[in-house]
Amino acid sequence: MADMTQDRVEMPQQCPEERRKNFDEVALGYTEEMAVSEAKRCLKCKHKPCMNGCPVMVKIPEFIALVAERKFEEAYNKISETSSLPAICGRVCPQENQCEKHCVRGIKGESVAIGRLERFVADWHIKNGKDEVVLPERKNKKVAVVGSGPSGLACAGDLAKMGYDVTVFEAFHTPGGVLVYGIPQFRLPKEIVKTEIEKLKKYGVKIETNMVIGKVLSVDELLNEEGFSAVFIGTGAGLPSFMKIEGESLNGVYSANEFLTRINLMKAYKFPEYDTPIYFGKKVAVVGGGNVAMDAARCAMRLGAENVYVLYRRSEEELPARLEEFEHAKEEGVEFSFLTSPEKILGENGWVKGIECIRMELGEIDSSGRCRPVPIEGSEYVVEVDSVVIAIGQTPNPLIKNTTPDIEVNSRGCIIAKEKTGETSKVGVFAGGDAVTGAATVILAMGAGKNAATAINEYLSKTEG
Amino acid sequence: MFEIVRKEVLNPSVSLMEISAPYIAKKAEPGQFIILRTDEKGERIPFTIADFDREKGTVTIIFQKVGASTEYLDTFNEGDFILDFVGPLGVASHFENVKKVAVIGGGLGTAIAYPQAKKLHSMGVSVDMINGFRNKELIIIEDLCKEVCKNLYTMTDDGSNGNQGFVTTKLEELIKGGEIYDLVIAIGPLVMMKAVCDLTRAYNIKTIVSMNPVMIDGTGMCGGCRLTVGGETKFACVDGPDFDGHLVDFDEAILRSKMFKKQEESARENHRCRMEGMNNG
Repeated sequence: MADMTQDRVEMPQQCPEERRKNFDEVALGYTEEMAVSEAKRCLKCKHKPCMNGCPVMVKIPEFIALVAERKFEEAYNKISETSSLPAICGRVCPQENQCEKHCVRGIKGESVAIGRLERFVADWHIKNGKDEVVLPERKNKKVAVVGSGPSGLACAGDLAKMGYDVTVFEAFHTPGGVLVYGIPQFRLPKEIVKTEIEKLKKYGVKIETNMVIGKVLSVDELLNEEGFSAVFIGTGAGLPSFMKIEGESLNGVYSANEFLTRINLMKAYKFPEYDTPIYFGKKVAVVGGGNVAMDAARCAMRLGAENVYVLYRRSEEELPARLEEFEHAKEEGVEFSFLTSPEKILGENGWVKGIECIRMELGEIDSSGRCRPVPIEGSEYVVEVDSVVIAIGQTPNPLIKNTTPDIEVNSRGCIIAKEKTGETSKVGVFAGGDAVTGAATVILAMGAGKNAATAINEYLSKTEG
Repeated sequence: MFEIVRKEVLNPSVSLMEISAPYIAKKAEPGQFIILRTDEKGERIPFTIADFDREKGTVTIIFQKVGASTEYLDTFNEGDFILDFVGPLGVASHFENVKKVAVIGGGLGTAIAYPQAKKLHSMGVSVDMINGFRNKELIIIEDLCKEVCKNLYTMTDDGSNGNQGFVTTKLEELIKGGEIYDLVIAIGPLVMMKAVCDLTRAYNIKTIVSMNPVMIDGTGMCGGCRLTVGGETKFACVDGPDFDGHLVDFDEAILRSKMFKKQEESARENHRCRMEGMNNG
C-alpha cells in the first residue's frame, strides 16, 4: 500500500542567505531515507501516465519501485535503459510540466517528486555504483556528431551503445554545450557533466574539442573526406538576440550568453585565479523572464551585486521561467519588475548608468496565445543601474547553414528536420535539439538526439558498405 | 595540445610563434583569426593569423605583450604545447577588381597586414606597404614585408629610423604625389585605423580595416565583439574581422575596448605573482 501522505518529502537546500554568496549547488539532494520514503508515495499506476510526459520515456514507476525496495543500483540501471544523462535531467528538467504533471498523486496533494528521485538515484550511482560497460559488437561505421550539448551527447551515447564509431566535434575547449557554458554551477555542477561525459567515453565515444564545424571542416568534408557515414547536427541555439535599442553597445551591457559564458565556462567568478574577467556592477538589470534570465540574475547576486532587477514585459502569470527558478531567485533577493519594457540604456562616458523603462499593460491575446503587452503612454521612468544583461532569447548559429547550403532552414534560421527522425533535407544528415526547435529544454534536446540515433541506425542499416 | 615549433622574438615586446595545427593550416586564409588558451585557467585570446603553411601544417601568430595573458603566453617556448587552439575563424579577406593597393600596418598590426599584402602580391596586384612604429627598436618583419610589396615605407613616430611621421603622413604624401589606389587596407590600433579612414574618406578611397575586439567564443555566441557598422550591430567574429572602415563607429569601438581595463591591471599583478612562484593560485 502506498504512503498516502499528501505532501512530497522536502529536499534539503542551502539557505538563501548563504547560497547567494557562493556558487555551490543550491539543492542538496535526498538522503537514502528521504528517497525511500518519497518512493513509497508512488501508486504504481498500471497505465503509467507519468511516462507520457517524459520525452525519453524513462520507466518511471519501475525505477521508483526499485528505490522503495532500496535497490538503488537496479533503479539506476532501469533509468539508464532509456536515458543517458540522469544526473543532469534530475536537476534541470522542468518536471512540473512533464512527468510530474501527469502524476495521479498530483490531483489531491503533491505529485511524486520524480525529478528528485531521479537525481537521487543518479547521484547514488556516481558515489556507490560501478559502471559495467559491456562494449557492443563494432559495426565499423563512423558517425559524426556536431555539438556536445544534450542532443549531441544523447545521440552519441545511443549510437556508441549500438556499436558505431562515434566522434563528437565541439567548438569550445570543453564538451557539454549549454550544460557547461549556460547553466550555472549552482544549478548543475560541472563535475556532474564531466562524469556523464566520461561515461560516454567508456563506450568509445571520441570527443574532439576546438573543432568548429563549418569552419575547420564542413559537413560535406566529414561525409566525403573524413569517412563518416552519417552526421548529426546538434549545434544548439547559441546566437544572442539583442533588443536593438539605444545604448546596447555601452560598456556594462552583456548578452546573457556572454555574461553566463564568462562565469560558467571561463570561471570569471574566480578571477583573477582564472584569467577571464567580468565587470559587474552593484546594480544590475536583467532583461527577460526565462530560465536564462533567472540564471543571469542569480549569478549577478552571487558576484556581489547589491540590487538585481529582472525586467519582464509581461506579467508574473506569463513568466516563462520554471516556478522553482523564480522562487529561488526571489528568495535570494532578486527583485522583479513585471509589465516593464526597456526603452533605452543610458550611459555616461561610455558606461551604463541607467535604463529607461516604460510600464506595460496587458492587451488582447496575441499569436502566442498570451496577452500582448502594450506600453502605457507617458509612464517612462529610469532605473539606476551600472550593468545590463540582455536575456531575451537565442537563435541557432548560421555557421553550418552558411557552409552547407543543401541543409534547409526556416525563416528563423532553424534547421528543418523531421520530428520523429531528425532527417534533414540532406541525405545522411540528421539534426535535433535547439538547432531545430530554437531555444527549448535540455530534455527535449536529449529526446531528439535519441530519436535521431535510432533513425541513423536504420539509415545505416539500409546503406550497406 | 598544439606544439610550438618555432618561436622568434621580434622586438622586446613582440614575439612570433609558429604552431602545429594541420587542420587549421589547411583552411586558413588571410584575414581570419584563431583563438588560443594557454592552460586550464587561461582566457581565450583571439589572434589574427599572421601566416600559415599548408604543407608543414602550421599557423603563425605574432603577438605583443599587452596584458597578463600575452605575457604568460610569451613564457612558452619552442617544443612547448598550447592547450587549445581553434580556428580558422571569421571571414577571409576578399579582394576583387583591384590593381593598386596601399596596405598599412601600425605596430603589431603590421603582422596582420603582412598576409594580406602577401596574398595581394601573389595575385599580381601592385602593393605599397606603409608600416608605422613608435621608434626603430619596435620595427618588426621588415624583411618579410619587403618581399610582398612594390614599395615599402617604414615610418617611426620619433624619426629614429630616418623616416619621421605617422602612416597617414606617408599615405597622404603618396596620394598627393599622384599615386592612385583602388583600395587601402589599414590594420593597427583603433586610433590609427580611424585616422587612416578619416584621410581616405576625404579622397574617397575604399578602406578595409581589421577589427580585433574583446571576444570569448569567436563563433557568434557571446556578442561581446559587437560593433556598429553603418548603423547596424555586427559581430567582429562572424561578420568580420574585416569591415568597411568608412562605416565603422570607431569612437564606440574605442570606448568598448576599455571595458576590462581595471580587471586587466589586477590580472597582470596576479600573473606576475604566479610567474614568480609567489602564489599557488
